[in-house]
Amino acid sequence: MNASPTARACTVRIASPLRSYTGGAAKVAADGATLAEVLADLDRRFPGIRFRMIDEQDAIRPHIRLYVETREVKSLSEAVGARETVHVICALSGG
Amino acid sequence: MGETLWVGTRKGAFALRPDARRRQWRLAGPQFLGHIIHHIVQDPREPNVLLMAAKTGHLGPTVYRSTDRGRSWREAAQPPQFRRAAEGETALAVQRVFWLTPGHASESATWYAGTSPAGLFRSADGGERWEPVAGFNDHPMRAKWAAFGTPDGPFLHSILVDPRDPRHLYIAISVGGVFESLDGGQEWAPLNEGCAADFLPDPNAAFGHDPHCLVQHPLAPDRLYQQNHCGIYRLDRPARRWARIGTAMPKKIGDIGFPIVVHPEDAETAWVLPMDGQTVWPRTSIAGRPAVYRTQDGGRSWRRLDRGLPERRAWLTVLRQAMCTDRRERPGVYFGTTGGEVWAGASGGERWHLIVQHLPEIYSVTYAV
Repeated sequence: MNASPTARACTVRIASPLRSYTGGAAKVAADGATLAEVLADLDRRFPGIRFRMIDEQDAIRPHIRLYVETREVKSLSEAVGARETVHVICALSGG
Repeated sequence: MGETLWVGTRKGAFALRPDARRRQWRLAGPQFLGHIIHHIVQDPREPNVLLMAAKTGHLGPTVYRSTDRGRSWREAAQPPQFRRAAEGETALAVQRVFWLTPGHASESATWYAGTSPAGLFRSADGGERWEPVAGFNDHPMRAKWAAFGTPDGPFLHSILVDPRDPRHLYIAISVGGVFESLDGGQEWAPLNEGCAADFLPDPNAAFGHDPHCLVQHPLAPDRLYQQNHCGIYRLDRPARRWARIGTAMPKKIGDIGFPIVVHPEDAETAWVLPMDGQTVWPRTSIAGRPAVYRTQDGGRSWRRLDRGLPERRAWLTVLRQAMCTDRRERPGVYFGTTGGEVWAGASGGERWHLIVQHLPEIYSVTYAV
């Protein structure tokens, strides 16, 4: 972890295509009660990372999947509990 | 540092630098291995600066900037993105940054970007923060002008800034046509008269054409050339009607292709790379025999330049950003193929040689000095 967790912190597992933003870290801390807040905090800590996952209309990009624990999340308003883990998955196929 | 050919590929950025006799080209890179690189463009106002349009298969589109001639790169703080859609509006999201153009010489930090879906963006700070050009992106006709795209998506490309007037802009949309603004991008009008659009029900449609590549001569800015889906054209402003100069091409070759490039000094000289546009549009070299064609009289006649290129059984495809010239008195001409080869044509394309092979699919070849 390269960011200090707080009481509201969750853990975000970062897929390898996004680790250039986290200094190579596969697991980082972020604050927020919803996925939108977690991603906003993540972007504050690692500028630019959010737009690579979420487009300007707040849609999750086609080859990105987000999970809170084992729940796949389609809406950024999804609640994220303290100490829960957000998984960022990059799904790519073909050459 | 001397000359560089920047090669943007589906899997990263490469650079080619010649030795003093231009016999050998040293390959550097890849940088950004695995990233999709659509365009790498040097800033003629500040030659240490380069911009690169990039994305990956997973991740959203962005722009990288180098201030040290491509040794290191930093991502834009705010890449091109459409404004937030209002309730009930069609929500547009940039899928690719496809094209980059430096702004006018008098606007030292201005850049333009063209995207898929068709959007126009401007940066006033050298490519760090990008804003939508509302005059185009929110134009009431935009959805009709850019109603459909290519199999790889709709593209806004060939952004041209008149060297005499920063407010005079041209853009091209595949598919949609050529458009012109006289007021810095606030208002736009189609500029497609005379261009064929064989695929449209109305042969005289004002828009809906498919310009593949549009170029403006830097020293004679009233001279425009266009390689269109339906032919090669020339326009001498202030005229508004394009003349089909591709009719002077040999009938067996036709006048279909992606790129067109102009001589850096002579407005009468341009090069095209014809491709097979028959039946299902193979978009490969005609009959498996690659050739560049050059005009030196503004399109009245064309000469085949194929010495050194494969004589047969070579089905090359060359995309619209993948051909350029250098700035020598008798310019070298360069093109990159989707099969990962870069060819150099010395003395205006009189003699070709392969300078690198086995690269990933090439999207762009640009010259920097």
